[in-house]
Amino acid sequence: MRSELISANHAAAHAATLAARANRKGRGFCSGVYPITPSTECMELLCAQEIEKGQVVRVEGEHSAMAVCIGSVAGGARSFTATSSNGLAYMAENVVAAALLRLPMVMMVANRTLGPPWNIWADHGDSLLLRDSGWLQFYCADNQEVLDTILFAYRLGEDARVMLPVMVCQDGFVLSHTMAQTLIPAQEQVDRFLPPLSVSHRLADQPHALGSVILPQQTEVLRRRHHQAMGEALNIYPELQREFAEIFGRELPGPLVGYRDEDAELLILSMGTLAGTVERSVDRLRERGVKVGSLRIRLLRPFPARLLREKLARARRVAVLDRDISPGFGGVLWGECRTCAGAETLVQNYMLGLGGGDVRPEHIEQLVDDLRGRESAGEPMIMEVGV
Amino acid sequence: MNEPALNGMAQTEHDRKKPLLRPGNTNCGGCGMSIALQMLSRAIAGQPVQLVVPACCGAVAVGNYPFSSFGAPVVMSTFACSAAVAGGLARVAALNGEETRVICWAGDGGTYDIGMGALSAAAERNEDILYICYDNEIYGNTGGQRSSATPLGAATTSTPTGKPEVKKEILAIMAAHRIPYAASVSLAHPEDTLCKLRLALEMRGFRFLHILSPCPTGWKSEPSHGIQLIRLAVRSGLFPVLEIRDGRQMTINVEPDFSDLALAEYLAMQGRFRKSGVTAMVLRDAIRRHWETLRSAPTGD
Repeated sequence: MRSELISANHAAAHAATLAARANRKGRGFCSGVYPITPSTECMELLCAQEIEKGQVVRVEGEHSAMAVCIGSVAGGARSFTATSSNGLAYMAENVVAAALLRLPMVMMVANRTLGPPWNIWADHGDSLLLRDSGWLQFYCADNQEVLDTILFAYRLGEDARVMLPVMVCQDGFVLSHTMAQTLIPAQEQVDRFLPPLSVSHRLADQPHALGSVILPQQTEVLRRRHHQAMGEALNIYPELQREFAEIFGRELPGPLVGYRDEDAELLILSMGTLAGTVERSVDRLRERGVKVGSLRIRLLRPFPARLLREKLARARRVAVLDRDISPGFGGVLWGECRTCAGAETLVQNYMLGLGGGDVRPEHIEQLVDDLRGRESAGEPMIMEVGV
Repeated sequence: MNEPALNGMAQTEHDRKKPLLRPGNTNCGGCGMSIALQMLSRAIAGQPVQLVVPACCGAVAVGNYPFSSFGAPVVMSTFACSAAVAGGLARVAALNGEETRVICWAGDGGTYDIGMGALSAAAERNEDILYICYDNEIYGNTGGQRSSATPLGAATTSTPTGKPEVKKEILAIMAAHRIPYAASVSLAHPEDTLCKLRLALEMRGFRFLHILSPCPTGWKSEPSHGIQLIRLAVRSGLFPVLEIRDGRQMTINVEPDFSDLALAEYLAMQGRFRKSGVTAMVLRDAIRRHWETLRSAPTGD
């Protein structure tokens, strides 16, 4: 284990490299990559690594990047890619294919606003576009978490009970280009945590059709199994969390991360780095005597509904912060979370930081004032945070 | 096995023990892909292979889960990216020291049109794969729409009065990538077919084979006339049978006699040219010009 001052893009590349090397006793590593801001430095660093029994393929577009990953995992190798924004949208067809073919792999998404018009700054609209793609989705809040979650994602997705690909999202620039002291585990630790990948349905020598034509009844069965595998991921999460802590000597956060939420009457729900700002605001508001707490949704798929219901049971008022918008509906996270609150709970949606607008503690305090002053929940609100 | 190259002669030592295209598949009668797959089966013989099939009639031919009409491991890729998926498989096989040959089996839609980007890029990277395009000049399994492989004058369900544009020159495009091997394959010349398939399987790097594949359903032709149609297309010069090494050295494998009669017969035997009324006279000039270009290329002789 060593500590380095690195960006989250580089943290992701280190994690991918360690996971890649850990499969040298398995069928190796092969990854398709293509540059797009702000994820690019991740693929650049990966391309600079020497990987025993591993290759990185520099392809002509994101669709093919994911196609190379699909071919690699179909051949039994471990795989990884990284992308952002329109790159992810362009890749979408194969993103779905990887999940439907039940091919475990990890993709780092440095979240960026979809365009045109072109905007390179962070919001969650890109990965939320693929919320229903059948991938697990993590949203990270700091560089260490990006590195740790990628390692964890391999272990979780490759588990025979899950067998699904995992997206590890981090806010573009806010994390992707921000340097922070990050612990990089030793290869030997990663080797212990990540046993060689075994894909039982991989292509070998015998006749075997992967992804052939199926009928409605078979589709129903496959979708049910896919859904169940998502549930399994939640079930085995604590067990793998314990193992992570034993091997790496630090805790990996759970699907939901609470902050001063135990006695909170007001809860603020958010994803990614927004939660960091929320937590600082919680401290300031607590000093003013406001019983407020923060809940960060770290794992969006599978959705930790039971955990969230327990957490929301005590809250009287809930603000759901969305760094995304589903035009004609409201915030995507709000749509997910509001069903988990009790009938008595007031749940209000605030969409803010769209297109990477800088959300500051005063914005959080503003919306908390709004929340406290409400008699009932209103329409989802867009808060403009300005430049 | 039923060996079309040898008029149904019994199994020889070169044959694959299990056919690549198994009995009971759902291909239309007279489908050129069926013939081509049987030839490929013979060429593969005992070698381990993995196939990548994008959306095309070939993907339908594989059949319904849990059965498979293909006697080899096969992964269905999305439409546009069989060459990229195959690249991944081939690299993993190589990393593991395996002799597996990875083959893309794609139609003209997945090659000429939607798959062109991934195909071009895989060729540029010289991925160690054999890419075979069975070209029925139509989007077959969606009901016969035009592709950029559809020839001038052919009626399709999206060009009901005949396609106004000429067919894309795929072999020249692939050769321009300077890949080790690019060849067109005539199913009417089984020795040529087998020879090229075997050579392409053996070689390393990106190899591209273009097979003109009769489609009785789309061509509105008799199922039993497929091979005869290909022979006429070759004789008339409409379908040049050649190979190009490293994008430079070209060899003409079958010399046409440029018979106008053969060309007229080729058109008359198919219902798809009727509406547009395209004639041998119309095509003759274009064929002549095309062959002049071909002859002026450096040869591999």
